[in-house]
Amino acid sequence: MNAAAPEPKANMGQPVPRYDAAAKVTGRATYGSDMPMDNPAYAFLVTSAIARGRINGFDLDDARRVRGVIDIVTYENAPKLKEAKLFSNGGYAGTTIQPLKSTDIAHEGEIIAVVVAESYEAAREAANRVKVSYTAVAPSASFDSPGTTKAAAKGQNAQFKEDPQVGDFAKAFDEAEVKLTASYDTPTQHHNPMELFSTSCVWMGDDLVIYEPSQYVYGLKNGVAEQLGIDADKVRVVNPYVGGGFGSRGSMTPRTAIIAGIARRLNRPIKLVPTRDQGFTIATYRAETRHEIKLGASRDGRLVALRHEGAEVSSRADAYCVGGTKTTTRLYACPNVDSLVSIVRADRNTPGFMRSPPEVPYLFALESAMDELAVKLNMDPVELRRINDTTNEPIGGKPYTSRSLMACFDEAAKAFGWSERSAAPKSMSDGDWLIGYGCAATCYPTQMAPSAARVRLQRDGRTRVEIAGHEIGTGAYTVIAQTASERLGVPLEKVAVFIGDSDLPPAPVAGGSNSTASTCSAVMMVCDQIRQKLFKAVMPNESLTDKAKETVGLGQAPTTQAAKSDRPLDLEKAFDALGAGVVEEYGEWKPDGAPLDSFKAMHSGHARLVGGHQMKDKIAYAFGAEFVEVRVNRFTHEIRAPRLVGAFAAGRIMNPRTARSQLMGGLIWGMSSALLEATEIDERTARYVNDNFADYLVPVNADVGGVEVILLSEQDDHINPTGAKGLGELANVGTNAAICNAIYHATGQRIRKLPVRLENIEV
Amino acid sequence: MRPFSYQRATAPDMAVQALSAAAAVNNSLTQATAQPLAGGTTLIDLMKLDVMRPAAIVDINPLAQGWSAIDPGGENLRLGALAKMSDVAAHEEIQRSYPVIANSLKLAASAQLRNMATLGGNVMQRTRCSYFRDVSYENCNKRNPGSGCAAMDGVNRMHAVLGTSDQCIATYPGDFAQALIALDATVELTGRSGTRSMPFSELHKAPGNTPDIETILQPGELISAFVVPGRWPRSVYLKARDRQSYEFALSSAAVALDVQDGTIKDARVALGGVATVPWRAREAEALLKGQKFDDGLAERAADAAFADARGRQHNSFKIALGKRVVARALQQAVTMEI
Ligand SMILES: Cc1cc2nc3c(=O)[nH]c(=O)nc-3n(C[C@H](O)[C@H](O)[C@H](O)COP(=O)(O)OP(=O)(O)OC[C@H]3O[C@@H](n4cnc5c(N)ncnc54)[C@H](O)[C@@H]3O)c2cc1C
Ligand code: SF4
Repeated sequence: MNAAAPEPKANMGQPVPRYDAAAKVTGRATYGSDMPMDNPAYAFLVTSAIARGRINGFDLDDARRVRGVIDIVTYENAPKLKEAKLFSNGGYAGTTIQPLKSTDIAHEGEIIAVVVAESYEAAREAANRVKVSYTAVAPSASFDSPGTTKAAAKGQNAQFKEDPQVGDFAKAFDEAEVKLTASYDTPTQHHNPMELFSTSCVWMGDDLVIYEPSQYVYGLKNGVAEQLGIDADKVRVVNPYVGGGFGSRGSMTPRTAIIAGIARRLNRPIKLVPTRDQGFTIATYRAETRHEIKLGASRDGRLVALRHEGAEVSSRADAYCVGGTKTTTRLYACPNVDSLVSIVRADRNTPGFMRSPPEVPYLFALESAMDELAVKLNMDPVELRRINDTTNEPIGGKPYTSRSLMACFDEAAKAFGWSERSAAPKSMSDGDWLIGYGCAATCYPTQMAPSAARVRLQRDGRTRVEIAGHEIGTGAYTVIAQTASERLGVPLEKVAVFIGDSDLPPAPVAGGSNSTASTCSAVMMVCDQIRQKLFKAVMPNESLTDKAKETVGLGQAPTTQAAKSDRPLDLEKAFDALGAGVVEEYGEWKPDGAPLDSFKAMHSGHARLVGGHQMKDKIAYAFGAEFVEVRVNRFTHEIRAPRLVGAFAAGRIMNPRTARSQLMGGLIWGMSSALLEATEIDERTARYVNDNFADYLVPVNADVGGVEVILLSEQDDHINPTGAKGLGELANVGTNAAICNAIYHATGQRIRKLPVRLENIEV
Repeated sequence: MRPFSYQRATAPDMAVQALSAAAAVNNSLTQATAQPLAGGTTLIDLMKLDVMRPAAIVDINPLAQGWSAIDPGGENLRLGALAKMSDVAAHEEIQRSYPVIANSLKLAASAQLRNMATLGGNVMQRTRCSYFRDVSYENCNKRNPGSGCAAMDGVNRMHAVLGTSDQCIATYPGDFAQALIALDATVELTGRSGTRSMPFSELHKAPGNTPDIETILQPGELISAFVVPGRWPRSVYLKARDRQSYEFALSSAAVALDVQDGTIKDARVALGGVATVPWRAREAEALLKGQKFDDGLAERAADAAFADARGRQHNSFKIALGKRVVARALQQAVTMEI
């Protein structure tokens, strides 16, 4: 785990240390609420204690008496805001539930008042003294609660267009030699990024600056402008560092426009730092899901029929869904496939993206079922995957641009010592502990979106890259700097990167693991524009475009046959010939197959992601295989996972160090998701009960033993200019099933509901 | 958090006086208007959550010099109320002669918390019931007497199966107290009329009809020390929990045995994570005493310990779990090499 950064293999960049490492470990990195402001007032939220009903009234006397209170904003005096449209309906918001608009309450923890005071402490004290009287109506909490409604996702969620199907599932399943039907459940989970959901708003005349951890500064800027009814050019969102996102900051939440509106009215900067528990209800979460999988196979293990039915919870207001059948119906060769996704509406806040939103719950179901099928077939689960491996996805028959799934299985199995497994359940132990080995496939769609970039190169090689990307801890600064350095042939330390600011050229949402591919493709393209300009200056008569493209860096000799006779470009000479000290280029890049309105949409904060199964004539995914060792205590039934091994192939690995860190974090997250994480909901009140870090369990150091990440060499020339597949959301997908599969091996007990806690073990 | 006054007490009577001056009318900890501050890891936490709203804080840390003894020298072990959890856990003689004490502390909380937290504060820590700790829930008899109990039919996986009442099922969450109660410790209290000692087992009060009153401490009274008679090298603290560290017990057992020539001369069994107060399982002890140990005996003792247990929707598993934990702790104690 503490091994040095991995040595790069073929088609991998250098494992350079993080661009922002020193700033982060020394505390110099400034997060949203660290931004210095002139004379700010402090806001504290009051949130609803009921999930459904209405507010009869407030008693604010006690709160107003607290020294330093400036204002208490409720529905009666809240700034008027325009409606926020859902991102999936062409808007920016993650929810259409707009707090402070009326007496109605749509979910627990909805913002019902904002106290503004001279200090954080005064605002908090006054908020504690706000008294609210409610008329509560019995809410529907989740799947089994009375009063929920269930309907197919298709037709209500604009982004869920079809339930994938092919062949004749019913007949094939009916006739299959071996059949499996099993149901799986996944729980509600919350992102809980370290940085809280803070928002600071500063008006300068008609111009608004927002400091907020955001995974999409262009989306937030446009969304807030729309809600405030002002021109988007008047709004700037700044966040050079984001303290974790995991999807929770991908779309706009209601708090931002509310704080902006109050700041405008009070004519004073306002800083809001909500509490940890408020983060459970003022932002999004991963909703609980249910699945039924039917697999039919021949005796030799070939899948002949596959059906995946999924149900997901959403709010009354919004039809959010992740619809992971798009992936699970395409993962293995199978001629007869059927699927259906439904949405169940309850009195909850609207769920949203959370790290690998579709794949985590849906692959847990499929990869558990594959393990169950392997047991039925008396077959090594790795071999079952091999038999059903495919070069083309079964629904549309499109070829995978590259697919190293089985290579990953083989590498990871070797590193893990899979061959030493004794296959029978309950056959391995060590003292008080039963030992189980388990494995599962993991995958994540390769996605790209239009992006712009501006690059400036000086005569002395100093380079400045500007792009409104996001550093959510993944290493965005680092890979962008590396890309510019490699493409221009300038030393890495001469490259300065500016991101996290909506005044910079637009980049897409940092979601769907598209960032590296999108931003670096744009940076490459703009660097090439600079090279062309310089080549043109020194060699005005040549066919320069090709030459520039084929040259690795400005400082290096061209490598192709055609350009052999050329010498390396002398920067000094080129700048002399150009008659300038600086070259600056701006460019807009879009991936193949991006819709026509892509660039316009990019500027107005709508990311047009392409990739995955939605590409024309091809399908692009990153793959991996994960193996875990689980230990179950015979007496206490405590479950620990001391060893996690994953092998991953994701096209070009831009930086093996930051890539490994993402994948390692993913494996640990996956273990956490399988064994610990669940938001408990009080069925009677539809409230989240364990909404704090003491009760919402995530692993501590002692829970994490060996974590081994193996990066496979893979080249893919059919995805984007960088050749990189997104991997930020790759590793946490397969772990859930791998752990349950290992628990089966340890105990003989199949557990189909996450998280697995000691009370679920019956040895 | 609400405004409060802060005072440092440099002598015990100063602390007692400051606390008595502003004490609560009844013995409700939550409603007491003055609170002693030790490590602050429970108190400050609950003040930030607005659960505890003292008007006055009396910092007793300056009393550490007299009140932080770790003295296993004499016939009894004496532990000062202001001794830090980490110091006691790391003490070699405690590890040798009282493994159950050392391990109950070592397996509690996190290293950072153990460095801050004191023994007195530890036994006085409040329940982790989520409904108690979130003031937006009105129904909590412990916090808001007479308001009902939200946990009774709510999310109650962490709650107690022993010592509950129809008013409150909150678990006493600490670990160290099980070691004290098992070893027949006495607690020394310092108050207006000097110091008095009593069995530690009498300090905490079962919820009954007054779950807001958690201990017999009188207004202005402070814990100054704990005294443990004898030595218990054959003792074990076994703790089952969701994660490997930094987590409260789902079930734990403090077990101490005196085994001579294969016969159990004396047995002590206390249970954590499953009861509303530090819990001594005397029925189990009675079964064990005078017997030769075997696994069947351990199981019968464990059954006896949970004979009166009553589970609710999410915590029934604690009964079976608790039994296995007790049986395993007994096996470990019997086989340990001393
Ligand atoms: C995240 C977390 C995890 C934890 N996990 C565990 C665990 O696994 N096991 C465990 O046992 N504990 C655990 N704890 C609790 C921790 O051990 C206690 O918070 C700590 O021991 C309290 O000691 P303190 O000195 O900080 O007390 P304080 O917070 O200072 O005081 C606690 C209470 O006792 C009163 N008090 C303090 N000293 C005295 C005295 N001498 N006489 C009378 N009253 C006094 C105070 O007024 C206050 O009401 C955990 C705590 C946290 C926050
Ligand atoms: S169990 Fe006790 S502390 Fe918890 S809600 Fe009920 S009364 Fe309150």
